[in-house]
Amino acid sequence: MMTDDNVRAETIRNKKERRNLYRIIGSYTFCIGAAIVLFWVLCAIFGRMLVPFDPFADDMLNSLSPPSTEHWFGTDQLGRDVFSRVIAGARDILTIAPLATLISAVVGTALGLVMGYSGGVVDEVTSRIVDAVLALPTVIVALLALTALGTSIVAVLFVIGFTFAPIIARTVRASVLTERGLDYVSAAKLRRESSLYIMFFEILPNIIPPIVVETTVRLGYAIFTVATLSFIGFGIQPPSPDWGLSISTNYGLIGGGYWWTVVFDSLAIASLVIGVNLMADGIQSVLND
Amino acid sequence: MIDKRKPTLKLENLCVQYSVKGEKRQILHGVNIEIAPGEAYGIVGESGCGKSTAAYAVLRYLPRNGSVNQGRILINGQDLLGLGKAQLRELRRTSVAMVYQDPGRALNPTIRVGLQIEEVFELARIPKSEWAHRTEEVLRRVRISDPQQVMERYPHQLSGGMQQRVAIAMALASMPTLLVLDEPTTGLDATVEADILDLILQLRRDSSTSILFISHNLAVIAKMCDRVGVLYAGRLVEEGRTGDVFNSPRHPYTVGLLRCLPQRGRSKNVAPLTTIPGVLPPAGAVIPGCVFSPRCAVADEICRTIEPDIADLGNRLCKCHYPERASIMAVVEPLPPIQYRSSYDPDPALEIRHLNMTYGAETIKFKALHDVSLTLGRGETLGLVGESGSGKTTLARNILGIVKPDAGSSIRLDGKQAAAELAGRTREQVKALQIVFQNPDSALNRSHTVRHMINRTIAKLTNISKRDRERRVHELTRAVKLSERYLDARPSQLSGGLKQRVAIARAFSGDPRIVVCDEPTSALDVSVQAAILNLLVELQNSKQVSFIFISHDLGVVRYLSDRIAVLYLGRVMEIGPAEDVFSGPHHPYTEALLSSVPSIDGKHPERVKLDGEVPSALKPPSGCVFHTRCSRKLGSICENTAPDLVALGNLHAIRCHIPAEQLPRSRGPG
Repeated sequence: MMTDDNVRAETIRNKKERRNLYRIIGSYTFCIGAAIVLFWVLCAIFGRMLVPFDPFADDMLNSLSPPSTEHWFGTDQLGRDVFSRVIAGARDILTIAPLATLISAVVGTALGLVMGYSGGVVDEVTSRIVDAVLALPTVIVALLALTALGTSIVAVLFVIGFTFAPIIARTVRASVLTERGLDYVSAAKLRRESSLYIMFFEILPNIIPPIVVETTVRLGYAIFTVATLSFIGFGIQPPSPDWGLSISTNYGLIGGGYWWTVVFDSLAIASLVIGVNLMADGIQSVLND
Repeated sequence: MIDKRKPTLKLENLCVQYSVKGEKRQILHGVNIEIAPGEAYGIVGESGCGKSTAAYAVLRYLPRNGSVNQGRILINGQDLLGLGKAQLRELRRTSVAMVYQDPGRALNPTIRVGLQIEEVFELARIPKSEWAHRTEEVLRRVRISDPQQVMERYPHQLSGGMQQRVAIAMALASMPTLLVLDEPTTGLDATVEADILDLILQLRRDSSTSILFISHNLAVIAKMCDRVGVLYAGRLVEEGRTGDVFNSPRHPYTVGLLRCLPQRGRSKNVAPLTTIPGVLPPAGAVIPGCVFSPRCAVADEICRTIEPDIADLGNRLCKCHYPERASIMAVVEPLPPIQYRSSYDPDPALEIRHLNMTYGAETIKFKALHDVSLTLGRGETLGLVGESGSGKTTLARNILGIVKPDAGSSIRLDGKQAAAELAGRTREQVKALQIVFQNPDSALNRSHTVRHMINRTIAKLTNISKRDRERRVHELTRAVKLSERYLDARPSQLSGGLKQRVAIARAFSGDPRIVVCDEPTSALDVSVQAAILNLLVELQNSKQVSFIFISHDLGVVRYLSDRIAVLYLGRVMEIGPAEDVFSGPHHPYTEALLSSVPSIDGKHPERVKLDGEVPSALKPPSGCVFHTRCSRKLGSICENTAPDLVALGNLHAIRCHIPAEQLPRSRGPG
């Protein structure tokens, strides 16, 4: 009897979360986005094992040959197979961008919780700092920081992480302000819970949906920012087959009609960003109602 | 001209269903209603029984997933379901109008009131030159004294009562033949509610508009309507003249609803409230036989197998196999003589002295509480009443330490000074003072399970070991009559009544000495309210806990309280034993509050009207703060000198310049 009840209660408990999950998975927008992203994730993990050519192997005799049955996407200046390089190029960007987003989500959530919950002077001061950071274009901030710190993957991670954190902090703060006014917070104070407990164990679970949405949106931007930094030489370094880097190396050749050296990398970036954004839209439309 | 023979509204076997995730749920099951020209018809029932669905169906304004799957809706003989889009628009423009529950959301916040009303005239194709003049006229009809000024304002600059007047003015502007009112006074104070109801009564006398009045409040329906239909689970179970139905109900559900209400002059010391066992079946549930049979006290095998027809009993219709049995279930049990029994220990558990509370900075000071002194005995219930803005909730929050009162205020708990702020209080003091909030949706953390909420509170407030905590959780859930299978549920899976039980269990986790109940039943249906009030009384008797009970429902306060304090603009205007406060002599403000409560028996003593609205606490009136609205103002003394709280003996005290023997007394039974 008791076990029956437990099983029953357990089922009730997970129902709502599961229902949301089903609804997210059931939305076309999310599915299409997820399929695109999943494709690139698989490329990042297994791509180098599966590609027809070694993405790093020069073949000067075959340089700049147009797409053909042998080289589907053609070859670049050094005769490297573009198709293999596009597939293999997913790895670095798909390591750095999600990690950077994760850093920004963690830092931003913590900051937003403190800002929203403390209120008063703390909120006032941090909000102004956040506004100031937000007023500066991300790439400019990143350039300055990377010039000062020197270019390295870790530096790129933290620069993107910290420049995106204020944006997430603002979203979190707004949600916390609504939650803070609810009576369950007063009820927690009336049993002498610490502020940290109230922030992280009472309020945080209730504001997960907006955080998830904002983080997914930020992931799209992070991919773009990583690609941009690589393009201007401050991100991923050669000889990586990274997309932004490849475009940067080859864009001078477009004038000569060698479009294939640039177009496929650009499409790769675009499709990944679009895929992530579709996922974000799908999640948002389910969690918002 | 309106054809007198033709009903304004006729619902013929109306069936409405909603489709939720591909599943059809039947909400209304063959409802038949006829409203004659000029008639006011009320629909009552608990939430979820289909009242609002009926109202929206009448305007053919159902949500996208709702549809009429059978039956007809006739307005002035015209079948609504056969109308095209343009004709429907035409009908809504000219014949029907609706007033919603929340005027704050029904009015467009970005458009000035005047322009919003003028839109109605624009739609009615009235020449533009007349708009302003007509708007003014219609605002005067809803008794707005300075329409010019109101027209220039935005909705948020008006009080709730004024907003509802504007909404009614808009509904009336098109001179509809049918006015649908969906809980038009539910969110308003008793005094404002009484004003709005009087206004609607007045408008009825002036016009031949028919009214469909939806309310969960039986007394409001009794006051407003000629005939009433009782809706249960989407079926009309009883219908008849309001007086007949409420004075001699024939359906067991109607009897149940009436018995749930605290009866006049009865208190918790006399008898517990009657409740209706069980819960409303979920929408779409298939119940064999009579839909009410699972909750019915007089049901038998026939009721559980055969659905009764709606039968004509002469002066009413009733959907019951045994309408004669209902009349045995007396609505009001014979009253034993009231013996006021003071069961509490007057030795104070809580003493408040000179409590002041000011919000805001130096430039704008908002004094929410002004020199409030109160005591609360052990096991006593102190009722706090007053209109919104009177400081009831602020006082509760000050006592709990959530909000810090001004310096110089003193709160003593069991004779010991308690720090103003929660952080400064000892664990014993924090434990001693707990609260049951008004809205359980806000009070319970929606991502925590019931078990976690109660368990955590026990852990933080007591020294009970981890092993024994689980036992205590079960004890508490049993005490609040919550089934243990809900322990792992989250608030979203519980009904309003169950949620409030969880909140009560949590408040009692640390064996508190004093529990503040801030309108704990205002969000609940009457049958659930009765059960929760009984639970509170039971817990009080078994644990000798004191209650501070805040409510705008004077019937409930009367039932539960040993003593009552009446607050106005942050000041205690009257305090005394519940008996004396209700029987008088009253403070003129108490008199007005009491007379604004509609009563179910249809006997409405002449109402003492309050002029205008509660003045702003930013600039409280000079002298006696109530003088601007007082019907018994003496003269300049009231304007210039603030009266003291004068003791009348028997712990009864009144803040008024009028000598006690000249103060009003209740005419009816207490």
